[in-house]
Formats: sequence, structure tokens, C-alpha cells
Amino acid sequence: MKRLVYVNDSDITAGVFCSNKISNTKYNLLNFLPKNLWEQFGRFMNKYFLLIACLQLWPLITPVNPASTWGPLIFIFAVSASKEAWDDYGRYCLDKQANERSFWVVKQGVKTQVQAQDILVGDLVWLHENDEVPCDLVLMGTSEALGLCHLETSALDGETDLKTRVAPLPCIGLNSELLLKLKGVIECPDPDKDIRRFDANLRLFPPFTDNDFSPITINNTLLQSCYLRNTEWACGVAVYTGNETKLGMSKGLPEPKVTAADGMVDKLTGALFAFQLVVVLILGVAGNTWQSYEADKMWYVRYPKVSRWYDFLVIPLRFELLCSIMIPISIKVSLDLAKSLHSKYVDWDVQMYDSVTCTPAVATNTAITEDLGQIEYILTDKTGTLTDNVMVFKRCCIKGVYYGAGTGDALTDPELVRAVMEKVPEVIKFLMVMAMCNTVTPCKSAGRALFYKAQSQDEDALVQAAAQLQVLLCSKMGSVVEVSLLGEVLEFEILDTLEFTSERKRMSVVVRERGTGALQLLTKGADETVFPTLCSDQQVRPIADAIDRYSQLGLRTMCLAWRDLEENEYAAWSLKFKEASMSLMDREWKIAEVCQLLEKNLELLGATAIEDKLQEGVPETISTLRNAGINFWMLTGDKHSTAVQIALACNFILPEPEGQLLQVQGRSSNEVRISLERVLRTLRITGTEHKDVAFVIDGLALELALKYHYEAFTELAMLSKTALCCRVTPFQKAQLVELVKSCDYRTLAIGDGGNDVKMIQEAHVGVGISGREGLQAARAADFCLGKFRFLKRLILVHGRYSYNRTAFLSQYCIYKSLVICFIQIFYSFLSGVSGTSLFNSLSLMAYNVVYTSIPVMVTAVLDKDIEEKSVLEHPEILYICQTGRLLNPSTFAGWFGRSLFHGAVVFLVTVNVYAYEKSEIAETSMVALSGCIWLQAFLVALETNSFTWFQHMAVWGNVVLFYLVNLLLNLVEHSGMYTIMFRLCSQPAYWLSLLLIVIIGMGPLLALKYFRVMYRPSTVNMLQRLEHQYTNSLSVETPTKSLDVSLSMTRTTFNHGSELGSVYEPLLLPETPTFQKKSGDSEASSDSVPSSPTRVTLPTYSRSKNK
Amino acid sequence: MSLSSFPNVAILKHTSIKEAFMVSKHSLTLKKRHNVLFSSSMESEDEEAPVADKPKTHDSKKLPYTKFSQQELPTIKPLMTPKWIVSMFLLLGFTYIPIGIVILIISNSMIEISFNYGAACIMNYSSPSNPLNTNNEMSNFMQNVNNPKTCNVSINVPKNMKNPVYVYYQLENFFQNHRRYSKSRSDKQLCGTSLKIGDLDVCKPQDSINNVEIVPCGMIAWSLFNDTFDFSTSNGPIVVDRGGISWLSDREEIFSSFVFPSNFPNNNVYGNSSQFIGGGKLNPNVSLNANEDFIVWMRTASSPKFRKLWGKIDNDINPGLVFVNITNQYNVYNFGGAKKLVLSTRSWIGGKNAFLGGAYVVVGALCVVLGFTFAMVHWRNPRPLGAIAYLSWTRKFEDSDN
Repeated sequence: MKRLVYVNDSDITAGVFCSNKISNTKYNLLNFLPKNLWEQFGRFMNKYFLLIACLQLWPLITPVNPASTWGPLIFIFAVSASKEAWDDYGRYCLDKQANERSFWVVKQGVKTQVQAQDILVGDLVWLHENDEVPCDLVLMGTSEALGLCHLETSALDGETDLKTRVAPLPCIGLNSELLLKLKGVIECPDPDKDIRRFDANLRLFPPFTDNDFSPITINNTLLQSCYLRNTEWACGVAVYTGNETKLGMSKGLPEPKVTAADGMVDKLTGALFAFQLVVVLILGVAGNTWQSYEADKMWYVRYPKVSRWYDFLVIPLRFELLCSIMIPISIKVSLDLAKSLHSKYVDWDVQMYDSVTCTPAVATNTAITEDLGQIEYILTDKTGTLTDNVMVFKRCCIKGVYYGAGTGDALTDPELVRAVMEKVPEVIKFLMVMAMCNTVTPCKSAGRALFYKAQSQDEDALVQAAAQLQVLLCSKMGSVVEVSLLGEVLEFEILDTLEFTSERKRMSVVVRERGTGALQLLTKGADETVFPTLCSDQQVRPIADAIDRYSQLGLRTMCLAWRDLEENEYAAWSLKFKEASMSLMDREWKIAEVCQLLEKNLELLGATAIEDKLQEGVPETISTLRNAGINFWMLTGDKHSTAVQIALACNFILPEPEGQLLQVQGRSSNEVRISLERVLRTLRITGTEHKDVAFVIDGLALELALKYHYEAFTELAMLSKTALCCRVTPFQKAQLVELVKSCDYRTLAIGDGGNDVKMIQEAHVGVGISGREGLQAARAADFCLGKFRFLKRLILVHGRYSYNRTAFLSQYCIYKSLVICFIQIFYSFLSGVSGTSLFNSLSLMAYNVVYTSIPVMVTAVLDKDIEEKSVLEHPEILYICQTGRLLNPSTFAGWFGRSLFHGAVVFLVTVNVYAYEKSEIAETSMVALSGCIWLQAFLVALETNSFTWFQHMAVWGNVVLFYLVNLLLNLVEHSGMYTIMFRLCSQPAYWLSLLLIVIIGMGPLLALKYFRVMYRPSTVNMLQRLEHQYTNSLSVETPTKSLDVSLSMTRTTFNHGSELGSVYEPLLLPETPTFQKKSGDSEASSDSVPSSPTRVTLPTYSRSKNK
Repeated sequence: MSLSSFPNVAILKHTSIKEAFMVSKHSLTLKKRHNVLFSSSMESEDEEAPVADKPKTHDSKKLPYTKFSQQELPTIKPLMTPKWIVSMFLLLGFTYIPIGIVILIISNSMIEISFNYGAACIMNYSSPSNPLNTNNEMSNFMQNVNNPKTCNVSINVPKNMKNPVYVYYQLENFFQNHRRYSKSRSDKQLCGTSLKIGDLDVCKPQDSINNVEIVPCGMIAWSLFNDTFDFSTSNGPIVVDRGGISWLSDREEIFSSFVFPSNFPNNNVYGNSSQFIGGGKLNPNVSLNANEDFIVWMRTASSPKFRKLWGKIDNDINPGLVFVNITNQYNVYNFGGAKKLVLSTRSWIGGKNAFLGGAYVVVGALCVVLGFTFAMVHWRNPRPLGAIAYLSWTRKFEDSDN
């Protein structure tokens, strides 16, 4: 449980702890081949292909040349193995680079330069400005007088601000000479991955101090991968090294994501494999039977008289090989290629280019674009994702006086400025709290300009605002703070900082004014945590009103309070605080207890209101996506009322008449249960009404609900389309994603900060906003966007097209292989069920790769069923993708039927025309092959929704290519096809049979499609017709007019139809139950009610857009 | 990077605030000071703006803007309208039917006479002492070298057959496409590469006899068809041109002119046995490419019922009886096969085959029917093209409104 680290004495523990050698590699030279092969063969398809390839090595059973399978198989394996090897080599190089950086380490009291990998636990590491921290260190001393140093932690937690780290108390004041000789012991816990906690103890050996333990917290540490900034030097003791550091422990490659479509393709492949086995079994038995009855009589076949034990296997295995093409080896490659092009479209999209931050959209994960089109739930962060994360101090209320109410900006409110000038005590106190009660570090840049490094944007906004109101935080040197009040510099000493934690939700500082020596406690925090600490005899109401009003405006509020401290009271408390800070167990809780002792009888000064502007286009984006049937959950660390207000402002929830917001609350398991049940009851009742119901839950209640009432909460989550979760931790965000995922919904998580990383990695699709909170979220995400509003385009345009195209491509790939396979199966009945291949090896090999891949690939990259504009106008169309209408067992059955039909047509026509004197196997095979190619061209053309010249070229050019390749092959004497194509091309019968194959193969499909489009149109078909109408009739018609016209048309048709009886089928009946994919989701259909003109208007305030 | 992106609204120097304060000490300076504060912050914003703008224009140029990358290639979207579909089906139908009729007429004008001599001849040898009723009996009869094999048949030619008349033999239930059989050949050997026994594994078990390789090896060659036909009419013999029956390309490239049959198991079961089973003989002095019967036989058929060209008659055959003297040597009896002699004329479409023309007519007719059906349905029940009101969500909305 504990480890003891001897300061400056690594020899004692040498060999006990691991070295500082970082290793992120997956393989080494020895295990690469077996491990990589093992991983690749973990996939079903690869196992299958290997089996087939091995069977083909047996010449007795192989119908074709083994190279036709081995070639592609080895190629595919080599490609993915070399990609892995390359990636791993990259990691190895990075590791090597990191391991070989040199650092100054104290060895036997002398500073020596060693490589990072040679640092041992207990070594004293000497860092200089801008050095990266090589392992987890406990700070021992710095160049600054008070043992301070500044640290940039963005690589660790994504926060870009500088953090202040301080040496433990006993070490403060040691100079570098003494530090070299420092001896002591640190008692610290075993390595874990919590980067916010480090509870340890330090005991220095004499002569440095007596045997006194002093506490060490995370504030005394320098963690691996952080950078030392603004500090000349700092030294620390290595406590965790190598892969045992906090960073190393939390590493781990995220699981590769599998898209819904991929999963479906895998399932279909499995079904296909089962079908294949059945076929093989049937044909195998038939073949063996035929052989035993018939073939013995056929003297020309010369069956051996002696039978071997494996003879009964030969024919089934031959058929297995013959049918192996049923699962095409090319499908994976084709899909990968098409998807990477789809994601390139994302990268290239000019309309998703954020011109403010100059960031284009980036698809980091190129394999999951089609999942975007199937998103059903979006879980979004608030700050920085929906909002700009630019905090601006807008209003305040001091002692019941509102400032900034008139102009909307308190900083320019003449009343406030005058109050400052006149040094109204409350106002000055208020501003002092704003300036001092924070963790902001003022820094001077080279040009003497002052700027602030703040941990949170809120604090920054407060300090900036105070500065503009003449209370300027000038410098912070250790615990000494200089504040310039109306030009007059005051010095304060910060005695203690009662830190902000998510439980306490407030922070305080104890300051002593230099000069007067007065002790004061300055507090700021959320209203619900500050109000209980106030002394009872004051007016809270006006401030509470102000806070209500501010949060209704969507502003983030903060209460400021203070009180004077008695010297002896503080002294007594200080001891307790010290004791609590030193405890190893439950330190956080104990500190909180102690803090509460001091934070009482406060005098409430007022409230601040900070605006976090909504990003441009957020309400429109959300309402469009909700019309598309996507449910939104907002997961924020922010407080309840702010979250609700932001949610209102961005169309997330609707105000009372149309929407209803239900509360799930409670401090105990029982309260939460009761609350949950009540909400569930309400939801079940309102489920049938056209009402947008949302629920709101806070972090604590969520924790209880997830722990004790998981099922009820799951039901709630399924019933409610919208949810607001406030005050949630990063872990809870990930938990919620998992919950929605467990209900079999496709989820997308979008966020911008380090606290969203878990959620982004957990969701099916993770989207990162490359925002102000650093790039960590963007790095972990599958897609990076500059702004939230691009999400609309990403999902509706890119996701939808990608899904449509992927669905087409994957099924088509299987279709074309099946056609060939069926022909082979049919042909086996003509060849004595002996497993003869009608096609030669070369044709089979070229069929999937050369002859048929181009048209479908081009279509899968370029085809658009409806224009982007139509999709964005009718986002409801997305439900087709969401419910997986284009790739599921029934669509696949359609393709299966098509391939069976086409196989039969090609086979029957070929065999009947090329019969009698034309019966020659090389010719027959070529006729059948040409028939397939022709059918494919026409089928792709039929399935194509929009033709570009490129597609025409690919589809028809491919047929030409087929003839060119074959005519070339026909020039080779021993290809087995010598002169065949020349002969065929000169036969009218050949061309006539091809025309026959095409019309028999395509005619029924065309008729069927026409019938569907006309009399059973899908919504896509209708939109296509609408587009066609608009492009054809160039007249500028107002939409309402056309709507009226068509409405009246519908009515007449309806009447007409009822007279005609059964001939008439209402256009839309088949579509109505579509939104109800899952049980318990019945009210989701109400989601499809589009935003009527009346619905758009929201409460009185309109934010962000006008700014 | 991170520093510059910070909103540095308050880059107010310490001194400037002091100055501002000094100014404010005078009366009526409230507004002025505001201006100072305000303008300074405004300035800093103004300074930022162009900085943010510059890389924007630079970077957006970096994104490749092409019609392709933006998915904006000009497209044609064919829409299935009744007009199009009906006219298409009618057009197809009215094109296919005449084509089919023409093909049928041509096919029917071909004269084809087929005679199952295999059955007829074997019956000639049947006698009460040797009944030849079962397949085995027939086969045994055929396998005896000493049995008489010739047989005379007469075929009735009902109509005048214009030259050239093609002579085919047709085998039925003979699986030249059986996997064991169709692979049993060595194209390398046929084209002249000298191969040793080990290289002839494809031909097994017909690769060698007494450890001497067979040329040409394999079961296809070994099972060569060897019946012969002599035609005559009452006016005298009919000359049959036996040359040019094989593909020119086969003669020239696939079969070598300097490979001569050697160690070929003429007619014998597994080479050295004296048992005669009914297979061809190859003259060791005739090169492979000169033996056209052999070349024709080596072009394996794709179905168990097939015809192979045996010769060409360059004269017209007048109606009446044609007498054929057949050496009926080839054994198809043990597996119930049939042997037929076929005399046929040929057109540009090939021999007589009703399938192609028939299929064209049927398909064309179906197209016409479909076209008319669609036209009827559309006429009875016209569908307007799409309208917003048809969309399911719009409709639902309307419903809920009403």
C-alpha cells in the first residue's frame, strides 16, 4: 500500500522500483510476427481466408490456382502488419527520444547529467526553466524565495493555465547547496492514476529538521510531462518513475471503435458463412452420391479402384473452395478505402472551416464516418462546446444595488465607477474579494504588460473586471500579494487558501494586510454553499433575488462574502487546519470539515454575474438535429440554474407551454428513488402528448441513481429525449455515455476540455471542439471541429452520405461475389457435381479486383441520393440512417435475392445459347463472365441516384476496360483464354445473349423500382421528386404556396382513392412507424414534429447572436 | 500559442491606470475616464482582429477547394417518371420482339437432322445368344476387340440442305466437364515442351506407362472419340471435308507441329492390357496439330450434352435417303450415354437453336405487357410528383394541427 522513498538516496531502493524507462510500444523485434499475426487472426474474416488459402494448397481439391487467394491474403496481411509496425516504430522512436533526454540529477551530492531512463526513485532531479518533467517528482526547492514554481500541465489535464506548485514547508528556504545534501524519507501511496490527489508525508533527517512529519499534497508535486515555466530552476525527488507515473498509469490505448454498419456487415458475413456451409454440405453429399452411383461407370474419368479414407471429404472441400468467394476478401479493403475518402471529405469541407481560429474540421478516425449518420443520442458538454468559453464580467449586485442593469455592462456603469471613486466600503471590499480570492497568477510579459494566468476563465474574468475598476492585482510573490487600489499599492499576505473543491463549491483565503495587520477571510462561491455560512442578521433576499435574475439571463453567478478575523480565533483554527492538512486518511474531507469552522458568520457582499456567450448558430444546430430525431443530453459541470438557462437559450428545452422540465433530486438513496418514480410517472403520462419533456439531475443525485436505482434511471433515460445533468464529474459523463450505449443507442459525445476526454473515448463517436481549454479533447476525439455548429453538417451531410454509401458498397461487394458463386453452384449440376469451376483462376482473381471494383467504388464515393440542401431543410430524413434502413438483414435479403436471380439468369441464358455445337467451356465461361460484368454495370447505374460525368466514365468505361483487359489476355497464348474473346466478339450470338441477359436481369428490377418509387415511395424518393420539381420549374414559388397546392392535391387524391378502393395506397403509411425502433421509445415520434414558426421564439432574452 | 489566444482585455499597464486616476481627480472627468478605459480595451481588440484575420485567408487557401472535394460535381439525377418508364418498356418490347422473330425465322430455316446411331447400331449386333439388353452387356460387347463394329444406317433428308452442311457427332451424358477429367491434360506438353514424368502430375493417372511418359498425356486425350462415318447417297458417295474443323488458333499455337504421339495407350485399358475399352488411336507419325479430330476433342465441352464437328460437306444434299457407314467403336454404353450423328446447316447465328429467338420474343412481349400495365395504372390512378405535404413528418404535423 505504501512506498518509502529515501530522498537523495536511490541506492537503498535500487531494484525495488522500476526504472524510468518509458515504453509505449506494443511489440518488440522478437514477438512482432507472432503477436501481430495472432491479432490479425483474431478477426473472423481473416481466419476464414486463412482456412481457404490453406485448403487451396491441396491440389486434389483446389478448383483454381492457390495464388488467387494467397496473393490478396498476403498482400492484405502485409499491408496491415507494416502499418502496425510503422506505428509501433514511431512509438519506439518517441520513447527512445524521451528516454535519452539528459537531465541533471544529484548523484553522491554532485549534479551530474544522466539520461532520463536512468533516473531512479529517490534521485533528486534538477530542472531548469522550460524543461519537461521526466517523472513524478516531489518538489524540494526552487529558485524562488518561497519555494514556488510554475507549471504548465496541459499535456496532463488539458488545462492551459499555469499552476503554482510549492515546496513542502520544511524545505522552504533551503538553498541549492543545502538541497544537494538533503536527506529524508517520503512515505507515499502506491502508484495510481489520480492526477488530482497525492497524499504523502515527508520527514527530513537531521540536521535539516527534527523528526517531524509534514504533509505533501498534489500541490507539492511535479508530474511527468508537465513543463516548468517562469521559474529559473526547481528540484524534486523522483517518487514514481517509468510506466508507474500518474501519466503512465492512466495511459492505455483506447479500444478501436466498431461502427454499427461494420457490426452489421460482420453479422451478415457470419450468416453468409452459415449459408455457405449448408450449400457445401448439400453439394458435397450430392457429389459423393453421384460419384458412387455414376462416376464408377464413367471409364474416361478413371476413378481409382482403391479408396482412401479422406475420399468422402474431397468433394465437399472442393465445393467449400469453390464457394469461398461468397465472402469476398476485397470487402474490407473496399470499405476502408471508401471510408477514408469519406473522411477526407470532412477534412476538405470548406463549410466546416472555422475562419476565426483557422481550424478545418479533421477526421482523426477515418474508419467510422458512417456511424455519424446513425447517431441517436448526442451528449454534449456545455462550457466551451455550446458556449464560447469567453467569460465576460457583465453585472453585479453589491449590497442590493444592481450595477450594469441598464447598459448590460457593469464595467461601464457610471454608478459603479462613481462608487469606486468614492471608495464606498462595500464596493471596495467587493472588488478586493474579486481581486484576491482566487488562484490567478499575474505575470509580466517581456513588454512589461501585465497578464493573468488563471485556472478558470471565471476567475480570470473577475480579476480582469476588478482591474478595470481600479482594483488591480499587481503581483503575487509567494504568499505576498500586491493590490493597487485606485493607484495606491497595498500589500497583503495570504496566510491560508481554503481551496475550491467540487464538494465545497466555494473557496476562501485568509489574508493579513501588511501595515495594519488586519486579518480577513475572503470567500467566494456558489450561492447555495455561501448562504449557509452567512451570519444570521443580514438581508440575503436582495442578493438571492439578484442571483435568480442573473441566472435567468443565463449568466454564471458567484457570491462574494467576507469577514474580519480575530487573531486568536485564527491561531486556534490554523493549528487544526495544519493537522487536517497532514492527515493521510480522508484528508480532503477533514480539510473541508476544518474549513467549515472558519467559514461562518460571513458578511455577504454581493453577487457577480459572468456571461459565457453562446456560440454562433448553436440554437439552430440543436433544433435542426433534434428535428433529425437526435436526442440531446447536456452534461455540464456547471450549476443547475445556469445549465437550465443555457439549455433554454439554445433550444435545448422549451419553455413551459410546449416543454416541461422535471427534476430528479435528492440527497439520499431514498429521496432519489421517490423523485425518480415521480418523474417516471409524469413521463409515462405525458409520453403520448406532443410535449417536450426533459429531466434535470445533478451530480449527487446522479451518483445515487446510478448506484442504487440503475434500472429506474435507465428507463427514465430511455423515456426522456432530453436530459440536463449538471455538476457532473468527467467519470460520470463517461458513465452516462455508457448507460445510453447499453440501451443500444448510437451515441456521439462532443466536448472541448480535458474533462470530456473520457466521455469522448467512451462514446461511439467522439467529437472534440478544438477550443480554448486546450487540445486534449480534440486529440482524443474521432473528429475535431472548430465550432459546435459544424456538427449539423458533419452529421446530416457527411454522416448521412457516408452511411448511405457504405451500406450500398458493403452489400454490393457481397452481391457481386454471390453472383459468381451462384453461377458456380448452378454449374456444378451440369458437371456431375464434381466441383468444376466454370471460370478460370485468372478471371476469378481479376473479377473482384479489376473487373467490378471501379464502378461501385466511384459510386460509393460520389453518389448523393438527395442534395445537401434538401437534407438540411428536412433533417427528419436522417431517421432512415438512424434506424439502419439501408443495411440490415432485410435489405441484405434483397441483395441476396438479386444475386440469386442474376446468377440464374446469366447461367440459364449462357448454357442454353452456348449449347450443342457451341458448348465449349472456355467460351461458355467468358460469356457468363461478360454477362456478369454487363449486369453489374447496369445494376450500378440503376442504384445510382446522381450521375456525375465521373460515374458515367467509371460505369461504362469499366465495361470497356473489361474488354480491353480480356482482349489483351487473349493475346497471351497459354493464359487458357487465347483468342476466346476475339472469337466471341465476332459472334452475333454472343452479343445477342448479352442483350438478353441484361434485359432479363434488369427489366424486373427496373419495374420493381419504378413501382416502389411511384406507389410505395420512401421519403427519400419524395424529396428527390421535390428537388426535381424545383429544378424543373424555375419559377420562384414561395414554399407556403406550393404546400397549399400540394395539400389540396392530397385531399383530392384521398377522396379519389377511397372511391377506387384497394388500388390506392396512402403514400405514407409504411413510413409512420419508423421512429419506433425500440420498444419504450414510442414517444420518440413526437420528436419528428418540425419546428413550427411559433416554436422558435424563446423567452425575452436573446443572447449571443446580436453580439 | 496559448498565451496569444488568451483574451487579454486588461493589458493595462500599472501606470496607465495611475494616469487615468490622476485625470479623474479633476471634476467632470467621469466620462473622459470611461473613454480612456474603454478606448484602451477597444484598441487591444482592434489589434487582435487583423492578427486573427491574416492566417484565416492564408489557411483557407490551403484547403483544396475543388468541386470534387466539396462534393459539388455537377450531377444528372434521372427520375423515374411514368412517361419515361412506360416508353422505355414499350420501346424495349417493340425492339426485342422483332429481333426475336428474325432469330426464330433464321433458326427455323436451318435444317438439322439428328440420328441416334449409338442405340441403332448396338441393336444390330444384338442376337438371341448375346442379347445386349443391359448397359453392361453392351459395354462388354464394345470392349471386345474382335466383335464387329461396323454398321450401316440410312437417314432421311426431308428437304434440300444447302451447302455447306456440317457433320457433327453428339454425345449425351458424357461429362467432359467433370473436374477429374477436364483438368487431366498438360497444355505445356501439347505445345511442345518436353516434360518428364514428375512434371505430368496433372495428367495422373494417365501420365505414364511403365515409367515412360505418355504423349499426349491425360484422360482427355486418352478417351479420344474414334467413330468414323462414310456418307453416300444413291447417286454415289458424299465427299466430307475433314480439314479445317478445328480452330485455327489451336492448330497454330496450342498444339505443336513437332510433338508426335508416343507411348500412347491406343484404345487399351490402362495402357498395356489387351482389353479394348473404346477410345481413340493416335498415329505416332502424325503430329498433334495435324490431327484435327484430336484438337476438336481436346476443346472440352461445357455441358454433358455436346456436339463436335466431324466434317463439312461442301455440296448440297438433296432430299432423300443418305446412307452412312459407321464404325461404332466408341463406348458410351456402360454409363448410359448416347451417340448421335447430326447433319446441319448453319447461319450467322449458329445452328438451329430456338432458345435465343424464343427468349427474345417472350421477354419483348413481357416488356410490352409491363409497359401497358404501367400506363394503365398511371392513367387510372395518376400520381402527382412529390410535394412537401407528402413527407411523413409534415403530414403528422398537419394531422396534429387539425
